[in-house]
This record gives sequence, structure tokens and C-alpha cells, in this order.
Amino acid sequence: MNNYLISSNLAISDNGFLFMSSTGETFTVNEIGKHILNEMKNRTDIEKIREKILEEYEVSEQILEKDLNDFLNQLNTYKLVEEI
Amino acid sequence: MKIAVTGINNVDNPGPGVPVIRGIRESGNFDGEIIGLIYDALEPGAYMDSIIDNSYIIPYPSGGLDLLFERIKYINEKENIDVIIPTLDAELFGFAKLESKLSELGIKTFLPSTEQLILRGKDKLAAFCEEHDILVPKNILATSQQDIYEISSKYNFPVVVKGIFYDAVIANNLDEVFAAFNSISTKWGLPIVIQEYISGEEYNVCTLGDGLGNTIGAVGMKKLYVTDKGKGWSGVTIDDPVLIDLAKKIMKEIKWKSGAELEFIKEKESNKYYLLEMNPRFPAWVYLTVAAGQNLPYSLVKLALGEEVKNFNKYEVGKIFIRYSWDLITDIKQFENISVNGEMNNE
Repeated sequence: MNNYLISSNLAISDNGFLFMSSTGETFTVNEIGKHILNEMKNRTDIEKIREKILEEYEVSEQILEKDLNDFLNQLNTYKLVEEI
Repeated sequence: MKIAVTGINNVDNPGPGVPVIRGIRESGNFDGEIIGLIYDALEPGAYMDSIIDNSYIIPYPSGGLDLLFERIKYINEKENIDVIIPTLDAELFGFAKLESKLSELGIKTFLPSTEQLILRGKDKLAAFCEEHDILVPKNILATSQQDIYEISSKYNFPVVVKGIFYDAVIANNLDEVFAAFNSISTKWGLPIVIQEYISGEEYNVCTLGDGLGNTIGAVGMKKLYVTDKGKGWSGVTIDDPVLIDLAKKIMKEIKWKSGAELEFIKEKESNKYYLLEMNPRFPAWVYLTVAAGQNLPYSLVKLALGEEVKNFNKYEVGKIFIRYSWDLITDIKQFENISVNGEMNNE
């Protein structure tokens, strides 16, 4: 799985509200989305994040793989992260 | 001190007068009165007693500058005005031409020159930008329907059809261009600007230039909600040094003297900013700059008075404005005063 660098302009609030200070765009993410973004902010490897989610949540590997990919693609589309 | 301000028409497409006054009043350094100069007896700002002390109807500059000057002279005899801040596009040429006569009355202004006003006009801006390496959508100026046939060979559809002062319509084919040409030219005259459509997000900068090429302050904003008239009804301050540096470059090249609003579009593919328009006065959202830490309206007053003004070099990012409407209740006596006498006070 590719790794991503979160934009330095992205502010993540405790309640899952995202504010991109360079563009004024705002988004909301759910609890797990916020969890992933905070891990990414701490420079945790995507593979590690995947393993952590598998441990902490009741989810099958296939579903997680698909959902995580979708989420990362969305972050990339909105330019909230950069692929590295 | 007495400051007279125009554009207090806080309607659904509000003028910048009321937010300019809010900035001045909230500077902490202003202890004086504000005079509202209005064109219509029902301009809401005139009835806002925390904003305006006295109001006077003035004639439109297009009705003749002598008439306007005589009216201001009369108002000045009663009020002894220190500074006039015109805030509406259509009156700026007139006030710029009256600058020296106003100065003789002891009234100070801080206005762009008529040459600068011509340069930033919708019909001249593209040439100015190309000369100074500022990206701008390509355009043609149409003075007759014949000119419209040119666009099929020059641009892909859609294109933006703009009036020389106001109005902009996106046209998807030649028929829509003809329709827009007719409706806009009937309202605003010729030429009509037909502009290449740049796909992307719009960003605005409110700024103040000292007339020598220096930018006193500049605040970037992204609209969060737009009305059906295309007016921003809420917006948020953003942090993009590229945008602010570009605004400063424009202010430097044009040596802009006064407040201005720069409208940009960030092209989707290249992420580069194109200058769409330069409005020659503060925008109606100028109070957001005050809230974000750059009191540009009060800085303009200080510049007009010849006082030293330091540059602002930062502002708070993530400040939001949300505009709202409010029914102000007043007595018919006030409406009577302004309608019959052309003046009223809010005491």
C-alpha cells in the first residue's frame, strides 16, 4: 500500500472537522477517519495503520483494504494528502 | 473628526460603506462622527444609529460633477468634513476628478488616479497583466454583434460575457453569447467583455495600497456561500502566501492608492492563480479583514490624513464572516426628513 504525507495546511479538530487553511475548504470525517488522519499526521506508516485498525475494530481484511483505499483516494483527490 | 462615507446601501447586494464604518469605529482611535452620503432615501445604513450620525442625499456623479461638488460644499458647511471615503465603483471617477477641489475645502481623500482607474477597468486589465507577467484570462472586447463571431475561432465554450461595470454570464454557445450581449449591453452599455472561461475555485483578496507601490495589508478569503446574485454571503480567511505575494505584486505594479479587491481563480489543473478582476474599492466583506487583525479601513483614514501607517504582515486564518439580514424599525418621521429635506440625523 502506498504511503501518503498529510498536507501541512490541514487542521484536524477533535470532533472530526477538517479545515484546509490554504484553500478554505472544510470537510467532516467520522471517528475512524479522524483516527486514520491523526495516525498519518504522526507519520505512521499506512501498513501499520491498517494493522492497528484490524486489531481495534471488528472488520474483515478485504473490507478494510477496500475502505482504506477509498478513503486515501478521496484524501488524495481533495489534495489533503500527497502520495510519497 | 468627521468622516463621510458612501455606499451604506446594505441591501442584498450590499455596498462596502457600513463595514468600512464598523472598521473605523472599532479601531479604538476614532472619536468623531460619521456622515452617510446616500443616493436613495431608503439606504439602510442611514437608519443605523450605531453606524451613522447624520445622512445627506447626494446626486449621482453621472448627473454632473458640479452638482455633486455643490452638494458636498453645502454638507461641508454644516458638518466640516475631514475625510470622504467613496466606496462604490461607479462614483470613483467622479470623486477622483473632484479630489483637488475637495482638498481646497479641506476635505481629504485617498483615491486612485483616473489613470489607475482606467488601467484596472475590465477592458484594459488583460493588457496590463500581460505586460507585467500576471496570468489573466484572454478576452475580446465586443462593441457589436459582429465581433461575437470571432470567439468561435479563438476560444472553446463556455465563455464568460461581462458588462463593463457589472454583470457576468457564462455562455455555452454562440446563441447564449448573443443573448447575454444584448441583455448586458442594454443595462451597462458597450463594450462587452468576452472572456475565456477558467475552470477552478475563486479566491479573493482585500487589500490597501499606499500609492507608492507598497501594500499596507492584504487578506485572502474563500467564499463559503454565494447568493443567486453571485455575492459572497459567508467566507473564511485563508493562508496562501502565493496568493498574497501575487496581490502585493499587482499593487506594486499598478502603484495602487486606496483599497481594492482582487478576484482570482485558481486553475484546476495547474493550480495557478488568474486575476479575474480588480475592484477599485474595498469589498463589502472588508470587515473580515478587521476581525482577522488588519484594520484596512482605519488605515485608509490615516493615509488620507497623511499619518504614518505600518504594514500589516499577518492575519488570523480561519476567521469566518456570515452575513445576515435584519429588519430595522424606525419612525416614518425619519423617512420624511430624508425624503423632504434630503438630510436626517440619528440623535
